[in-house]
Amino acid sequence: MASYSTSDLRSGNKVMVDGDPCAVLDNEHVKPGKGQAFNRIKLRNLKSGRVWERTFKSGESLDAADVMDTDMEYLYTDGEFYHFMATDGSFEQHGADANAVGDTVKWLKEQESYVITLYNGAPLAVTPPNFIELEVTETDPGVKGDTANGGSKPATLSTGAVVRVPLFINIGEVLRVDTRTGEYVSRATGK
Amino acid sequence: MYSKDVWQPTAEISALKFRAEVFHKIRGFFYERDVLEVDTPCLSLGSISDPHIEVLTSQTRTLGKDVTYYLQTSPEYAMKRLLAAGAPSIYQLGKVFRAEEIGRRHGIEFTMLEWYRLGFDHWQLMAEMDDLLSTLMGQTIASERLSYAEAFVRHVGLNPFNASLEALQQTCHQHTEYGLDEMDRDTLLELLFATLVEPNIGQEVPCFIYAYPASQAALAKQQPDEEGNATAARFEWYWRGMELANGYFELTDSIEQQQRMHNEMAERAEHGQVWRQADERLISALEQGLPECAGVALGVDRLLMLLQNKAHINAVMPFAGAHA
Repeated sequence: MASYSTSDLRSGNKVMVDGDPCAVLDNEHVKPGKGQAFNRIKLRNLKSGRVWERTFKSGESLDAADVMDTDMEYLYTDGEFYHFMATDGSFEQHGADANAVGDTVKWLKEQESYVITLYNGAPLAVTPPNFIELEVTETDPGVKGDTANGGSKPATLSTGAVVRVPLFINIGEVLRVDTRTGEYVSRATGK
Repeated sequence: MYSKDVWQPTAEISALKFRAEVFHKIRGFFYERDVLEVDTPCLSLGSISDPHIEVLTSQTRTLGKDVTYYLQTSPEYAMKRLLAAGAPSIYQLGKVFRAEEIGRRHGIEFTMLEWYRLGFDHWQLMAEMDDLLSTLMGQTIASERLSYAEAFVRHVGLNPFNASLEALQQTCHQHTEYGLDEMDRDTLLELLFATLVEPNIGQEVPCFIYAYPASQAALAKQQPDEEGNATAARFEWYWRGMELANGYFELTDSIEQQQRMHNEMAERAEHGQVWRQADERLISALEQGLPECAGVALGVDRLLMLLQNKAHINAVMPFAGAHA
């Protein structure tokens, strides 16, 4: 299996740490005045999402993690697995469990494209696009003319996500939402 | 790494003017104190024995033979050979090279100010370093002084001389996730120092750390402290989380020096590190007689970073990193 020297690790490399695949976020060279050099490496555990720092001796080697990101379209759920299909023309399909989908479940929309992180060929994580357009299925009636007041109310979207929206929004409207913050951006411009 | 598009300097021209001004003031400072400027070679047939510093080499043919030259990592050996040959107090302001990872405060080529004062001990030299910094900054600077043990107890909560190996391993692991299997005390002490002490000393004024464990003496005299701990007359100068300088009340005993050099070369061999010609001419010079003296090496680029509030070493050098 491929491996990396801790002194060569760069942000974006994927390595195995304590049996879990991790993404390298940062690598700081630590060199005491005299003596052994170290690398203080900031890692994100790709299974749990935990971010932490760990120190290694410089030159120590870590196994590369067999992790690959692919673009896939969401198809449907059978209650246990969420099924995705590759958009690269291979029609390759994968079923991700609730653990892999995680919080992204509230942004899952059919025919939308997601980044599926495959670990040893199986889905490990599902990342939604930064912005997604979803229909409002439930909210208090819109307040006419109130476009500038800045007030807000909760609205439930077709995927089940609840976001704060301006008072003038009505059921049936399609909204653009930032999935990273869960915040309303605007009304969708075209459907 | 090479690209023809990155032709611009990494430092602003104003930073280079500041750099030149500091060089000028350094030379003026030593001229007034009658310290002689020397420029020993960058390329030498012998190198250091330190197992933790990797050296750049250069190959050429001389008089029909393949010859390896080592780029100097510090002018220390050559300057001590000058002192043993009768030179007065000397200083050198020049480039040194290390085969190290580059980063925010590391380059493979950097500028070092190194000086040796005959008849000084390390306390007198520390006082002179404050004088130099005061001259460069145009205001009186009095660095804090802390013994290695005091700093360690204050910021790590352990006595570096008495703590058990297990306590060092546990504490190190707690803060870095490294160390449970590390059997070398000094490696644990150094990592704890870099992780817990360095970022917390010399925040306002610079801080001298003195009386290092004897096992980290490098080229300093060994001198037990008042409690009888085996310490060395070595000091380091820290300022705002950066190591700026490393100095010694110099070891003059040629037999002790030879022993340390051989131990380091043996350690290199044991770890399968590349063989290099350790410069035993230093030992020959010490046999001839090195006068009692104190010496220090100061990283000038790091000092320039601090004086100008620059976060990256590249911002004080004309061409650094991929621009070099």
